[in-house]
Amino acid sequence: MPTALPSARRELFSGLLFSAPAFILLSLIHIVPLLTLIALSFTDYELGALDVRWLGLDNFARAFSDPVFQRALRNTLLYVAIVIPGSVLLGLLIALLVHARKRTRSIYEVIYFLPVTSTLVAMATVWQFLLHPRLGPVNGFLKSLGFPEIAFLSEPSLVIPTLAVIGLWQMVGFNMILFLAGLSTIPRDLYDAAEVDGAGGAVDRFLRITWPMLGPTTMFVTVTTCITAFKVFDTVAVLTHGRGGSEVLLYAIYLEGFHYFKMGYAAALTLVFLAFILVFSILQARRMDRKVHYA
Amino acid sequence: MTTASESLTPAISSARPIQFRKVLSGLLSHSVLILGAAFILLPFIWMLLTSVRSPDEIFEGSLWPWPRNFYGAEHYAAALQQVPMLGFMLNGVIVCAGILIMQLLVAIPAAYALAKLRFPGRGLLFALVVAGLAIPIQVPALPLYMGLAFTGLLNTYFAMMFPFFLSVFAIFLLRQSFKTFPDEIIEAARLDGMSEMEIVWRVVVPSARPAIAAFSIFSIVAHWNDLYWPLIVINDTALAPPPLGMMFFADAEVGTNYGALMAGATIVTAPLVLTFLALRRRFIQGITMTGIK
Repeated sequence: MPTALPSARRELFSGLLFSAPAFILLSLIHIVPLLTLIALSFTDYELGALDVRWLGLDNFARAFSDPVFQRALRNTLLYVAIVIPGSVLLGLLIALLVHARKRTRSIYEVIYFLPVTSTLVAMATVWQFLLHPRLGPVNGFLKSLGFPEIAFLSEPSLVIPTLAVIGLWQMVGFNMILFLAGLSTIPRDLYDAAEVDGAGGAVDRFLRITWPMLGPTTMFVTVTTCITAFKVFDTVAVLTHGRGGSEVLLYAIYLEGFHYFKMGYAAALTLVFLAFILVFSILQARRMDRKVHYA
Repeated sequence: MTTASESLTPAISSARPIQFRKVLSGLLSHSVLILGAAFILLPFIWMLLTSVRSPDEIFEGSLWPWPRNFYGAEHYAAALQQVPMLGFMLNGVIVCAGILIMQLLVAIPAAYALAKLRFPGRGLLFALVVAGLAIPIQVPALPLYMGLAFTGLLNTYFAMMFPFFLSVFAIFLLRQSFKTFPDEIIEAARLDGMSEMEIVWRVVVPSARPAIAAFSIFSIVAHWNDLYWPLIVINDTALAPPPLGMMFFADAEVGTNYGALMAGATIVTAPLVLTFLALRRRFIQGITMTGIK
């Protein structure tokens, strides 16, 4: 083929040209900042400071003995521990029920998906009002039943569970859609075959076919939820400003880095955050390798 | 348990109990779904109702849902005049459009190169793209903020948009879509004398329109709703996108004017929710795409 050589050269030239902007931006937005972040985490650098000292691993040691950071970490884990089972199991339950509906299916889909598309910051102010001790309807309802009023967002033992319920409210529709996609890939004849085998009951069918067949989807939904839950920030920033013992990981990083400008310490905290995210992402990537498809 | 009871039922009379059970399970599943739907919808309904309720009624804290006196005009006027709510929305449109255009301009050629061209660095680029998928914006935020501070670019539209000009997700997704495009057509286009640039934009891109549309929705929703990054680089109210503007508004209004605040929340939430209701399938596809691969 006479065109072989020019074509190879053409591919090489266009390939380099087309990927150059991506390479440049990757370096500027990801690679250089990541290297800077690692370097910063070993120093006591503060924005505007003139001299910088090398601290080695002191920032990390300090983080794990810092009561504020410890509380932020505990709160984040508690938040994740509530949101994951809640939104995965509820997402699955709703998907199973919605999947069996024919005429009303799309109405339910739209309703449950609504919080996913809405601006969380705006909806957080609505939740603040709903949960207001004196003005909100939730406490109004509780009081009408004779309960005392509950300060959901300022009572330290309630604040993280309350934020988790808001997180659950936002995520359940997303998980429902992923489970619906998973359900639609289960071949009908599996159920027919099970019926012949005598597995006629709904619970039986679920345990013998649906649950095992949904395994990869469930794993994926769990990991995705975990990453999203780990990044909880908006509701904390709007509803509590981290007060009343409601610090979470990202809010602690935000305060150290962008309020107190302790860049070195905040960089170390960011790397701890990244370590968590990477563990979950690796789990997720391993699932992707197995060619699980959800569409 | 169910199988046992079924086998006990005589074959002749089995039609009615099964029908009955079907109705009962339908009723049960609807009641669970409606209960859940009520929980999901409560904030939206209460937001709308409070936005048209008079301040006196709001301060009574009454459970009666329907407003006695309509006060909507005043609350919406307050939300639009006391705070530059329309300005926030305009900022949101500028930032989302700027980000999306740059993302597509950068990602489309790169995705095509990864999918269809052989060149040195292809493996490296793909490895970096996949690695980048796992890194959320909060990780490079600190050094990026320092870079923008040193170059005097904080409090600009550019600062809000720059970290998102490259979407590794777009490259990943479009590469997958472009890979399915037949090589024969590209070869034929080359023989016709088209340049690679023309092939990308005039031959390959039109065939990938669904993927591009889905990504666009994903990108717009993500950046319209993003608080973290604008909160860091913007402290000038005039530049705030909707979530940041909403936060300023909420901080200024706590406990004083919930009616206006709910009107503001309605205004901020409306554009995406209305678009979602109009383009349901596309929207769901676009947002859950993160879950597709």
